[in-house]
Amino acid sequence: MFAEATEVALKSGWFLEHAWVVPVIPALSFFLIIFFGKRMPKKGSEFGVASMLGSLVFAGGAAYQWIQRVNGAPEGAFVSPVVKTWTWWQNSGISFGIGQHVDGLTVAILLVVAFISTLVQIYSLEYLRGDRRYTHFFASLTLFSAGMLNMVVAENMIQLILGWEIMGLCSFLLIGHWWEEGANSRAALKAFFTTRTGDIGLLTGTAILFFSANEWTTKTLGVSGFSIRGLSSWALSGDPGHAAITMGAIALFIAAIGKSGQFPLHTWLPDAMAGPTPVSSLLHSSTMVVAGVFLVARLYPVFFKGMDILGGSANFIVVIGGITIVIAALLAFVQTDIKKVLAYSTVSQLGYMMMGLGAGAWLPAVFHIFTHAFFKACLFLGAGSISHSSSHHSFEMKKDMGGLRKFMPITFGTWIISTLALCGVFPFSGFFSKDEIIDNVGHNGYNVFMYVGLAGAFLTAAYMTRATYLTFFGQPRGASAGEHHEEESHDSHAAHDDHADHGHDAHDSHDAHASQGPHESGWLITVPLIILATLALSSGFLNALPFGEKFENFKKWVEPSAEVVNPTGIAYVVGGVGEARIASETPTDSTVEEGEAHSETPMAPTASGEDTYSSESGHSKSPCGTETPEQGVCAAPQLNHAPFKWSKAGMSMLIVLAGFLLSLFVCIQLYEKKNKKFVGLTERNKVLGFGYKLLVNKYYLDVLYEKIIVRSIAHPISAAVYWFNQKVLDGVINGAGTTAKGIAGWVYRNIDQRVVDGAVNGTGSVAQGAGSALRPVQSGKVNQYGALLFGAAAIGALVLVIVNT
Amino acid sequence: MFVNQFLILAAVLFCIGVYGVIARKNAVLVLMSIELILNSVNINLLAFSMRNGSLDGHTFALYIIAIAAAEVGVGLAMVLLMYRNRRSIDLDELSEMKG
Repeated sequence: MFAEATEVALKSGWFLEHAWVVPVIPALSFFLIIFFGKRMPKKGSEFGVASMLGSLVFAGGAAYQWIQRVNGAPEGAFVSPVVKTWTWWQNSGISFGIGQHVDGLTVAILLVVAFISTLVQIYSLEYLRGDRRYTHFFASLTLFSAGMLNMVVAENMIQLILGWEIMGLCSFLLIGHWWEEGANSRAALKAFFTTRTGDIGLLTGTAILFFSANEWTTKTLGVSGFSIRGLSSWALSGDPGHAAITMGAIALFIAAIGKSGQFPLHTWLPDAMAGPTPVSSLLHSSTMVVAGVFLVARLYPVFFKGMDILGGSANFIVVIGGITIVIAALLAFVQTDIKKVLAYSTVSQLGYMMMGLGAGAWLPAVFHIFTHAFFKACLFLGAGSISHSSSHHSFEMKKDMGGLRKFMPITFGTWIISTLALCGVFPFSGFFSKDEIIDNVGHNGYNVFMYVGLAGAFLTAAYMTRATYLTFFGQPRGASAGEHHEEESHDSHAAHDDHADHGHDAHDSHDAHASQGPHESGWLITVPLIILATLALSSGFLNALPFGEKFENFKKWVEPSAEVVNPTGIAYVVGGVGEARIASETPTDSTVEEGEAHSETPMAPTASGEDTYSSESGHSKSPCGTETPEQGVCAAPQLNHAPFKWSKAGMSMLIVLAGFLLSLFVCIQLYEKKNKKFVGLTERNKVLGFGYKLLVNKYYLDVLYEKIIVRSIAHPISAAVYWFNQKVLDGVINGAGTTAKGIAGWVYRNIDQRVVDGAVNGTGSVAQGAGSALRPVQSGKVNQYGALLFGAAAIGALVLVIVNT
Repeated sequence: MFVNQFLILAAVLFCIGVYGVIARKNAVLVLMSIELILNSVNINLLAFSMRNGSLDGHTFALYIIAIAAAEVGVGLAMVLLMYRNRRSIDLDELSEMKG
């Protein structure tokens, strides 16, 4: 069969082959900031911004060359990833490397992460000006980006874990940046411990998959069972046993639940808002929380087979995603803190991505990562802009905001664009990704979850309308009305203020803010906002399905083809064998699409030949994912794509519109007119009151974790240990004591007094002499003890050597 | 396999560590020196593990890393308490244990 194969040279390029430089630049910059930052004129922030710009250039170059590579490849052929690897660790037949695995998914996420990181760093120059830990903030922020970028280019699971854990550590540092406030350091700990709970799954899953896959990958592909391309092909090869791959996939998905804030481990994410706003923006748009989704997208074949996606019944991923969408969206309604609304909105949107992945809608989910990063970063930075310039560092919508649209036109405009994008209004970017997810979920037969998605769209529109209304409309309240309530700013949103009080000149400038009243932020804040809003508006056109196939660029560039390829064609290893060649094996009309939208565009076969697949060319489906390829290997499962229909899009538009109008109506009644029918409804109506109480208490999940689980495990253990200590240990010691006393009395009377005393008096004087001689040794100086210890050990070693030779 | 170089490196690290433990007055630096000693042992273990082609040494090294982390945790907690009570972490001033 391979005799017929056409060899097609694929383009590569310098940036593509050096994509590993992207995470290395910020990693080096981290050390520069730590060691030299405080001595620099800009306190180290110049290193951070410069390194992120450097990463952005490299990521952009890699993305450009990847697009060239895909465009140069025949239609529908599998474009092999560009892989480079150095051996990191090797012993007794087991080895793993460190390097890069660059394909469409990698370059897309690299570009987003580098881009958002750059903007967030620029924004932080203004937002954290005068902060007492300014240098450390930039160091952590840079290392954080390095961790995410490293995870994205990771060639194998070990490198991925490395990046994953760097992010975990840096999120702890950044969330707890103002740790003088108890609540902030608790939030940091909570984020760290909750994600660590999930990380157990990552380690377990990696181990399970390694031990199951290593033999096959070594034999077939010549790579270890940690390698991502190895695991992907192995999952689709028919080699894995059902139990192994299912357990591996579940374990890895638990890690994704922890990191990506899925139900039931989402509780850390809203608390993580204790960090400075740029951190929230970076963590919750493109990096930390996307890591879990990225993991699922990266190792998609493993989840595809392990979870039996497209198998016809609901699976673990789609269920978790669906639950997360709804519960998080409901929670957003009862928040008064604008950042918490956005946090729950992030959780809900991550639910969409997970649901999409779980239902076989890989491309829309990845595209949603891409678009969501822009508009969510813009929303967070907008919230930061409000608190920085107008509401005196408060995030309370009800108390300290309102009517800000007149004072902050740029922030307001960018906020509105991003909100529309988040709600999925045509033609903003969210429409092209979120609607596609909902569509494809339904198309793949998960009808229940399609309705869950639509309900989520309704709720999203409603809570965002509420937040927008409270922030930008109505009358200014509290701090934004110019009230400078000193005592209040200390207890409710003290993080920033308190820190400024501790610190130095920053406090004066803060007072200046308040006395000026609400105003627009400086250009270091507004320019990133405008750039992000532009992208929130336009990035959807990268994959604008309604306008026909010409606009489906993202799909063309990012989605791997499900072609069966020769094992050597699974990757282009830089400097290795099989350079830049793929074995384009099947001359079927090889596009991966299915469905009527594409049926009228027949693809020209890339090569002609007589082989097994040409007989099936009618149904244009690769066997990958559904059956075991007879020869060659697969790198990606065959997925379906829902054809775009205006009727379906129109329906979801109507639902969103209904959400807007209903929420607007309720908001006006509730906050503007103080309608008696609405105000205090939750206190009068029992059902609503119960629901409200449930939401305010976050479904009692925190209570469950802290009071019940931790207490039920930790308290019995400590009680048991205490009991053991008091009763058993003390009992033994007391018993021994009494016995010893009895014996001693007898000995004293009979032996000691008569026999020993005489002898003792003699030895006593000897001992006294020896004691005073040795007393200087017991100097109480630890160093001297150490010296004696090592001296004795050295003498012992010497004796050992002499005796043995 | 060049085991010698590893052993020499380990010996040098060990000696630096011992010197630090004996000569330093700052408790934190003493703890760091202890880390150096532990890591020189790790290098020895890894060198022989590589030479013998077995994973045992690596496993031991992982254990040592874990235990060293716990040890430093306890050690730093003690240093912190010392500092709180005496406003100093100079080991020379801590000679109340003398007999």
